[in-house]
Amino acid sequence: MSTKHSIAAEKFLKNQKMAAWHDQTLWMVRDKRDKMSRQIPEWERLRDMACSIKMYSNSHLDTLLQEFEKNALANGAHVYWAKDADEYCSIIYNILKSHNVKHFIKSKSMLAEECGLNEYLEEKNIEVTESDLGERILQLMHKRPSHIVMPAIHIKKEEIGDLFRREMGTEPKNNAQTYLTHAARRNLRHKFIEADAAMTGANFAVASTGECIVCTNEGNADMGTSQTKLQITAFGLEKIVPDRASLGVFTRLLARSGTGQPITSYTSHYRKPRKGGELHIIIVDNGRSQILSNPKHLKTLNCLRCGACMNTCPVYRRSGGYAYTYFIPGPIGINLGMLKAPLHYYDNISACSLCYSCQNICPAKVDLADQIYAWRQTLQSLGVANSEKRAISYGMAFLTKRPNLFNKVLKEAHFINSFPRWILYNKLNNWGKEHEMPRFAKESFREMWKKGKIK
Amino acid sequence: MSSREDILQNIRRNTGVRYEKPDITSLEKEAITYPNKTKQFCKTLEEAGGHAIILEGEKIDDIIKNLYPTAKRIASEIKDLTCNGEKQTITCATFHPDDVASSADLDGTDVAIINGRFGVCENGAVWIQQDVEQRAIYFISEALVILVDKNKLVNNMHEAYTRIDTGKYGYGVFISGPSKTADIEQALVMGAHGAKEVIVILV
Repeated sequence: MSTKHSIAAEKFLKNQKMAAWHDQTLWMVRDKRDKMSRQIPEWERLRDMACSIKMYSNSHLDTLLQEFEKNALANGAHVYWAKDADEYCSIIYNILKSHNVKHFIKSKSMLAEECGLNEYLEEKNIEVTESDLGERILQLMHKRPSHIVMPAIHIKKEEIGDLFRREMGTEPKNNAQTYLTHAARRNLRHKFIEADAAMTGANFAVASTGECIVCTNEGNADMGTSQTKLQITAFGLEKIVPDRASLGVFTRLLARSGTGQPITSYTSHYRKPRKGGELHIIIVDNGRSQILSNPKHLKTLNCLRCGACMNTCPVYRRSGGYAYTYFIPGPIGINLGMLKAPLHYYDNISACSLCYSCQNICPAKVDLADQIYAWRQTLQSLGVANSEKRAISYGMAFLTKRPNLFNKVLKEAHFINSFPRWILYNKLNNWGKEHEMPRFAKESFREMWKKGKIK
Repeated sequence: MSSREDILQNIRRNTGVRYEKPDITSLEKEAITYPNKTKQFCKTLEEAGGHAIILEGEKIDDIIKNLYPTAKRIASEIKDLTCNGEKQTITCATFHPDDVASSADLDGTDVAIINGRFGVCENGAVWIQQDVEQRAIYFISEALVILVDKNKLVNNMHEAYTRIDTGKYGYGVFISGPSKTADIEQALVMGAHGAKEVIVILV
């Protein structure tokens, strides 16, 4: 029954100290989110409103995207449409090539990860520098993010100290976070200045004004785009919001949900190119418009990519981002992976206890757990249902349809408690792995109720 | 067919129910407000790692000289301003951010003094609308001093966006405290790429 996720999780859990740290640290972020949300009396109404705005904008993408395009063009920007990852990469490459760009600086963009932009450009001899500290660390380590907001959450400072000593000449054994961060600041400052072009993703694109909003804590998006004359901004088409009033809703939710801050340090509004510069905006589909035809999974398009569902997920916290086979981990990644290619990513579907914690805190009310449950119902028709689980499900169905038999079996079931451990916990019983089996009660609830033991 | 048409056609074909645009106004009206806006703004800015100073008759020049006695390169986009009915001139500045030939020349700026349009009480953010050609000055300086009219504080982001709704700016940014990161083991460090310190002077 082992899925790729459970095998990888087992590996992650071998380093018990690291696993415990990972779990507690992400829970601390979730806890900060709770404290932040409780300071806002209208918090739940904000979530409802965010969901309603997204339901509106995602069902009016045709008109809103055209409105955005019209306004962006009027602002002096160039606008491109990319059907898929290949087109996105080649548009960017062509812009860079026609401007003879050698050094390209990027701020964090999950869309770039999705489309494999860095590999594409590096093959064509364009130097790409990630400027978000976490992303930079991973780029130098040749690793990928394990969390969408805290990409290097799985890396220890000793590894980073060692990396920076080799890459930036920092003092050996000095692994203090402030020292290492400021070393990266100095090192990347040169990269910002020598860059010929800067790129960002977008958290929001506003139809009524044609502007793109980018939220960062480090200020890296702004350091890049304020140095170079050439700016590229690319976003997935579901990032569109109707107007600035909706930004009032989303900017209140995003950082509070994701990192437990009232707002990110920088909320940048890019509307026009710099004087004498150029602004190129790419609207990317890459499978998103297909999701519109799938009512059960429509709300995945509401996602703000805040990462709150990862921070709260008991499975994510205890298995790490690399345990998932899709590049976005956690509850939202499980769903996005299934929408991308179910036969390729179904291993992640079991990485969920259906505790619904993600669904209860998602700022845009993506019905994450309902969707995972719905996907589980399709596993058999996809031909990838687990045979053991299927047999047990049929067994349970047989029993529950026969109440007398069910009660009889239940009454005698407590004998199983006295079985020797090796009968209950062995290779044949996957439910006994890393997990104590529940004990059968001597008396069932039904019997206790009948005898009036329960009031 | 162009990709643009292709994408738009796919959207039209796949869109099912068209949901109505929700009315935000009642939520905006009932959003959190603070009895003492100045106090709230100062508190949230501190929490974001910044610091607020309420001007009470002091010279802005003196405040900056006291805060940054060793600063050599001080950029200011503001020359004169009126605070509490009194005219003040900023003389501690050594240059105007647009005096440089290119944005790269701003590297090494110790302090930048800039103009904030208004502050937001719920999160300590200040709205900056690009007033200078080199907006790099907002990010590249080691320390940032933002002057904000103390009567221009709004409660929350809904009010904030109402204020900038008519703005025809080319670039604008909410800055809430210094640049920060927690990318190394979740330890908070100020000064990732942008200003290491942010002081807001309420004038």
